Amino acid sequence: MLRATGLSKQVSSPEGTLTILDDVSLEIARGESVALVGPSGAGKTTLLAILAGLDQPTRGRVWLCGEELTGLDEDGRALLRARRVGFVFQSFHLVQSLTALENVMLPLELAGEPRAAALARETLANVGLGSRTGHYPKQLSGGEQQRVAIARAFVLRPEVLFADEPTGNLDSATGERIGRLLFDLNAEARTTLVLVTHERSLAARCDRTIRIEAGRVATGEPAAAVAG
Amino acid sequence: MKFLGFAFRTFRRDLRAGELSILVAAIVVAVTAMTAVGFFTDRVAGAMKAQASQVLAADLVLRSAGPLSPGYLVEARGLGLEIAETLAFPTVVVAGEQTTLAAIDAVSAGYPLRGELRVADTLFGNGRPATGIPGRGEAWAEPGLLGRLGLDVGASVTVGERTLRVTRVLQYKPDQNIGFVNLAPGLMVNLEDVPGFGVVKPGSRVTYNQMFAGEEARIAEFRRSITPRLRPDEALRGREDAGEQINAAIDRAQRFLTLASLVTVILAAVATGMAARRYALRHLDNVALLKTLGATQGFVIAVTVTELALVIAMTAALGVLLGYGAQYGLAFIAAEFVGFVLPPASGQPFLLGVLTAATIVMGFALPHLLSVGTTPPLRVLRRDLPPPQLGAAVTYGVALAAIGALVLVIVRDPLLLGLIAGGVVALALVATGLGWLLVRSLARFRGAAGIAWRYGLANIARRGGESVVQVVAFGLSLMVLLLLGVVRNDILRTWEQTLPANAPNQFMINIEPDQLAGLKQFFQDEVGQEPFSLPLIRGRLTGVNGTPVKDFTVANAQGATFLQREANLTWMGALPESNQVTAGTWWGEDYAGPLQLSLDAELATNLGVTVGDTLTFNVAGEDIEAPVTSLRTIEWDSFQPNFFVVLSPGLAADLPQTYLASVYVPRDRVEILSTLVRQFPGVTVLDLEVILSQVREVIDKASMAVQYVFLFTLLAGVVVLLAAIQLTRDERRFESAILHTLGAARRKILQGVAIEFLTLGSLAGVLAAVGATILGWGLATYAFKLDYTVSALLWPLGLVAGALIVGIAGTLATRKAVNEPPVAVLRDR
Repeated sequence: MLRATGLSKQVSSPEGTLTILDDVSLEIARGESVALVGPSGAGKTTLLAILAGLDQPTRGRVWLCGEELTGLDEDGRALLRARRVGFVFQSFHLVQSLTALENVMLPLELAGEPRAAALARETLANVGLGSRTGHYPKQLSGGEQQRVAIARAFVLRPEVLFADEPTGNLDSATGERIGRLLFDLNAEARTTLVLVTHERSLAARCDRTIRIEAGRVATGEPAAAVAG
Repeated sequence: MKFLGFAFRTFRRDLRAGELSILVAAIVVAVTAMTAVGFFTDRVAGAMKAQASQVLAADLVLRSAGPLSPGYLVEARGLGLEIAETLAFPTVVVAGEQTTLAAIDAVSAGYPLRGELRVADTLFGNGRPATGIPGRGEAWAEPGLLGRLGLDVGASVTVGERTLRVTRVLQYKPDQNIGFVNLAPGLMVNLEDVPGFGVVKPGSRVTYNQMFAGEEARIAEFRRSITPRLRPDEALRGREDAGEQINAAIDRAQRFLTLASLVTVILAAVATGMAARRYALRHLDNVALLKTLGATQGFVIAVTVTELALVIAMTAALGVLLGYGAQYGLAFIAAEFVGFVLPPASGQPFLLGVLTAATIVMGFALPHLLSVGTTPPLRVLRRDLPPPQLGAAVTYGVALAAIGALVLVIVRDPLLLGLIAGGVVALALVATGLGWLLVRSLARFRGAAGIAWRYGLANIARRGGESVVQVVAFGLSLMVLLLLGVVRNDILRTWEQTLPANAPNQFMINIEPDQLAGLKQFFQDEVGQEPFSLPLIRGRLTGVNGTPVKDFTVANAQGATFLQREANLTWMGALPESNQVTAGTWWGEDYAGPLQLSLDAELATNLGVTVGDTLTFNVAGEDIEAPVTSLRTIEWDSFQPNFFVVLSPGLAADLPQTYLASVYVPRDRVEILSTLVRQFPGVTVLDLEVILSQVREVIDKASMAVQYVFLFTLLAGVVVLLAAIQLTRDERRFESAILHTLGAARRKILQGVAIEFLTLGSLAGVLAAVGATILGWGLATYAFKLDYTVSALLWPLGLVAGALIVGIAGTLATRKAVNEPPVAVLRDR
């Protein structure tokens, strides 16, 4: 489903060239859930961005759903994401001027889906927000906002879901609930999940953990081993 | 095409969320201002054009200051044309003790040959088309005349030696002077009554008209046939000539008012640019998100462009609607001096509205919003990625090009565009420099009093650029309103004060030479003063150095105008005090030799003649020839009758002539004028005060119309203020949250905000007052040569108006941001 070979990312900074990723290779199977873990600044988020086609590596190649991402231009990558990829972010990224329902409808509308409203309503009900469809992000709690974001991520039934610290902005109890919701939906839809997190409990739910340190893959092991 | 649906939904949602409010408001104000002027001038133009074919009341009119040969009429009839004759002259009409100057129209059967007269049976009665013309002994009076004399239909009025009965109110005639105030209201009489009045004598100020109508080919044939035989004082006017003049006049008024509303457009465009910048900044994250969710760059741009097209459509529609409503205001102000009912407007101004909205959007909003389209999707993960930068060259270049294109469409003259652009840039530079100095000068007051002051003044200083923009935007619109509202009155009053208390206030024309002595005696007896008098000879310049004027090339357009009309000549021995000889020599008081001429130096320049040239004038059909022996400069505001062309005394006394005279009659003795008119029929009395008050009224109305247009500029200034506040809203929310957290009371923070905007408004007021004072002084000193003293009202008015408008609008608009609970604000960060 997702394959990367020899990924490197270098950026120029006032202190000279900075290597963020250094020769990272990995492969993730369909339906698998993988946690990218590691200390802050290790390059986890950069790796996620490159795997999702949001950023380009300096060297190396990425295949997503059988297509080579690194061979596409920005628009090509966007079109690939449109139907097949979902996102959940640490800071939710809801559009403030849209209601919960409209936020969930957004990817459907972009895909030209005629039943956008009905599908979005159904998905919001699935995440327990059926009664709050008309609320604006400002009127929702952090946990509720993240649930809207999750509904938005799943509404198109993507093949791959990328999540960047999905519980990072939430208290631990809410984080726990959100984590459960994420994995329940994932199991139900059989989505491939790539997750960046600091939460050990969240990582422990994944099939596998990939540890990144100083831009390199430190270990790739079943999540249970890390958790245990 | 799925972007279309998406764009529509985004547009609706942005509107609902208030994301587009300021942007839309700014453009709507601009479109309203432009289309209000557009609709109004369109209606006036429509009215004039509808009348262009009837404005002559005929297809062709032959006009002269002297009697016309009946031969033309015979010839026209021979060609199967319809004919009519009219005679127009000003004279005093008497009713009981009341007198007033009236414009008499004596018409023959058949008049008008084109268009129709509208009459009513009572003063404010319903109008209907008239059949025929006034009968013998009857008169049809315009409402203004009845009003001045306090009469209605059925009353009697005396013209010269005859008394006429008013049988109708004349509401409309096709060939009335439109667009300008007729200084004297009209009275229509039967042509056959005129000899009985005894007021039309050789040399009187009379216009003779012969009118012709018929098939186009016959009219053309007739015109060709008589043109070569016309005397120099006879002029032919066809339908096309009349239409051309009207078009030119409307065109000028339209361009002037449209340029005035352009100031509004420029301010609104600035507000639009600010609003678009904020919209763009707020939408960086949304665009990044859309791209993450699979939207391509092309899709984002297509959505943006569609949304802007919807903005154009909506603002144009709204603005045009409001503009249509607002033009009623202009029509109301202008109603009196347009003098007739305006037809409904055409749809043309709608195009102007769309053009205005499109220009502002494309020049001021599009660049900002398109740059957002290049936001990388990675921004969803890395908020610190810098927003796409738009070069200053692009921003200002596109904006200037857009405004330039709009101005060019309006003025249709690249040279004028250059002048306007230069003027605008110079004004903006001066105003900005002054605004900057004012904003800078605040720094020293910062420590003066308390935290609220420090906070308020610090805000102005910190947002220096935006503060200057607001001060300039408000300052300029206030300045224009002060100029028109206060300075104009000051200048008029100052001028009136320069008139000597007993300067002549009654002017008399059409005095027969044999009436002069009696008239002088009359005033000697009644007010103990002998009027000042001068002979008046009507003549037309027909030749220069033996060359007929039609083959002579004059120096400039003003010179050409002089050739087209009858000139007023006089003769005198002594050089008046208000005249100074600049070239040649004056003939001297006792001169009685061959005829000589003295010309106004400026006229000589315009004509391209000088001392030593010989001019030929046609006076009452006879040519007189004389050399120019001196040039004079004239003080025109001396309140003495002055003449461009003066003849030497002696021989000139034998030419056909009348006299004009001027005298001061105290206000409480004006009733003697009705006795005068009865005693000296044919003498026309002009009351200077009546004329001045009419001129004043016209100026008032005209400046009121311009002020009305500039109210929109003030409104645009408010929108600029709101746009600037919106730009700083997030910053303000955060700051007041911090101040709250640090223990500042809400009231203290609001005080700071109020101080900030009251100060900004006062600065705008200062800028306005400084500008209005300088411009007023400049106009008074250089254009009107008056000692101008600033009205005591000007500065307080500017300061208070600026402080109040900006203070209230600014504080109200900021209050919400200040009042938000700190927790909510800080959590948002």
